[in-house]
Amino acid sequence: MTPLDQTTDQILQLAAKHFNVAQGDLRPDDDFFKKLGINSLQALDLLTRLEQHFHIELPDYELQGVSDFRTLAERIHARL
Amino acid sequence: MLDLDKYNSLGEALGAALDQWPSETCLIESDRERENVRLTYREFKEAALPLASALQRAELAGGTRCAILMTNQSKWLISAYAVFLCGGVLVPLDYKLPADEQLKLLAHSRAEFLIVEYHLWRAIMKCAAFSQIATRFVLVTEAPAGADLAGAHRWEDFRDARAPQPVTRGRGDAACIVYSSGTGGRPKGCVLTHGNYLEQCKSLTAWYPFWPGVRYLSILPTNHAIDFMVGFIGPFVCGACVVHLRTLRPEFVRDAFVRYRISYVTLVPAIIKNLERGLRERFDALSPAKRFLLDRSIAINKRLTRKRPNLKLSRVLLPAVHEAFGGELLALITGGAFIEPATLQFFYDLGIPVANGYGLTEACTVLTVNDLKPFRADTVGKPLPGVELRILNPDSEGIGEVAAKSATTMLQYLDDPEMTAETIVDGWLMTGDLGRMDANGHLQLFGRKKNMIVTEEGKNIYPEDIESAFERLPVKEFCVMAANYVWPARSMVGEQLVLVVHPEVGSKLAPDIVASLSDCNRRLANYKRVHGYLPWDYDFPRTASMKIKRGELAEQIRASVSRDSVVPL
Repeated sequence: MTPLDQTTDQILQLAAKHFNVAQGDLRPDDDFFKKLGINSLQALDLLTRLEQHFHIELPDYELQGVSDFRTLAERIHARL
Repeated sequence: MLDLDKYNSLGEALGAALDQWPSETCLIESDRERENVRLTYREFKEAALPLASALQRAELAGGTRCAILMTNQSKWLISAYAVFLCGGVLVPLDYKLPADEQLKLLAHSRAEFLIVEYHLWRAIMKCAAFSQIATRFVLVTEAPAGADLAGAHRWEDFRDARAPQPVTRGRGDAACIVYSSGTGGRPKGCVLTHGNYLEQCKSLTAWYPFWPGVRYLSILPTNHAIDFMVGFIGPFVCGACVVHLRTLRPEFVRDAFVRYRISYVTLVPAIIKNLERGLRERFDALSPAKRFLLDRSIAINKRLTRKRPNLKLSRVLLPAVHEAFGGELLALITGGAFIEPATLQFFYDLGIPVANGYGLTEACTVLTVNDLKPFRADTVGKPLPGVELRILNPDSEGIGEVAAKSATTMLQYLDDPEMTAETIVDGWLMTGDLGRMDANGHLQLFGRKKNMIVTEEGKNIYPEDIESAFERLPVKEFCVMAANYVWPARSMVGEQLVLVVHPEVGSKLAPDIVASLSDCNRRLANYKRVHGYLPWDYDFPRTASMKIKRGELAEQIRASVSRDSVVPL
């Protein structure tokens, strides 16, 4: 598993826990808005949770145009 | 506030404000728990003049267009004032658009200058169309040391100590070009004059005044017509203060209300509904005794504020609710999209007036606002002073297209005389919205006549703008329509888009086509996605130049199938 895969995996785990869905249901290429049925505000909530977990600060604009876990993981990974 | 009749341009009025209240705070920029910037009017002027002077040296002259592409922050307003001081025309672009669309609008506006945040510039530099960028001078804010800026200049270093020469502009001259839609179809660049803004500001502040000490929380993008007016021009010409947040996470927004004792904020319906949901959850979690007391206080507040708001009383009756909003909130302003009356009433019953209004970029900012005398949740308020409304061809219930005559009506759509002529007829702005005036002079809205939708986030979506996403579908033809345009509904909520698909002759919509259609849809930004598709077996009616006659197609569909035939995606 590459470090990026590990980050992706942790994001999937945290998202599943945060939105109360089964962990195995989420895949890296899933559109999180659609899969989790969330709006942009709820996505921002998830971002805060991820920041706390990874001990980073992610500007809001990093989430702009991002809707799948893989790209989100790349953005987070670049700041680790 | 300043007497705006004395001034001919935004540059003049803003300049006078900077001299009128030198020691008042005009701008605060906060990022999470940190405060990045706090400026008095004097300090704002000191930051803007050297920039204006340097822009003049770079030949930004009267009428030169300068685009601005930034999130809400202090440099946005400082740059805008500097551009106005030079007599420039500001082109505020939507920072939320994808970079390739920003480039298209930049090209359409023919802006010679661009002031842009580094992360947005970085995305633009990666676009295929970047090599054709015609903007001749680019200023980038907050670029890291050593970053490749492709010939752009650093905003922070771009200063000239010599005094700039203010350039006079008239009320009829263009002040801003504001895009009210995306780029897929025809970009709608509303050319708004200095007179439009000054008149709008005068009428709006007559009903919702600002004064020194008032703090406006600027959350809606400043490139949007509403925030530009109530989150910049309005507060500044009244000596008030604008608060910017670099992080718009709900928890930091909540903190900002308390930390900065916010007086006004404008929120789109999606966020107001989110606030409502949060408050209701908190109320539901109260013990039965506390809940009983809360409900009783709400009932008393409701009775005592029936005729007009009484903020002092409401703050005493419902202290916890008001303290959560900072304790000094005068009103929530809502705009950009339709909001359900029940949500408005919920907040009013808690003693938080919601200034619900209606407007469009073509009319500068707003045409009608609730005057709270008394509060009405079922209307979008009364026409502002100077605005005349007419209902065209009313039906038996008095409902027809809303037309407006106002000194705030834009000059034209940039480079589009045809669309301008369709939209402004004999001085009347055709809004494309269906409404009715009630006996008390309030406007009620009932749906749209035009083929478009507005999302809860306040985004205008024109169906033709998103058709390019489906270009590669292996079908004979297709088009996107607003469901309420095809099947008129007396509603402003739950608006949806439908993809009408005509398969190749003799074939049906095979599962692989539906799969690829669904895939194309997923690639669109979530607010642009179509709700479903409608299989259609007939040729689309077209003009001689092969454009789809959308009105005729809508009629044919309406006569043949109902809304239930749409297959959800």
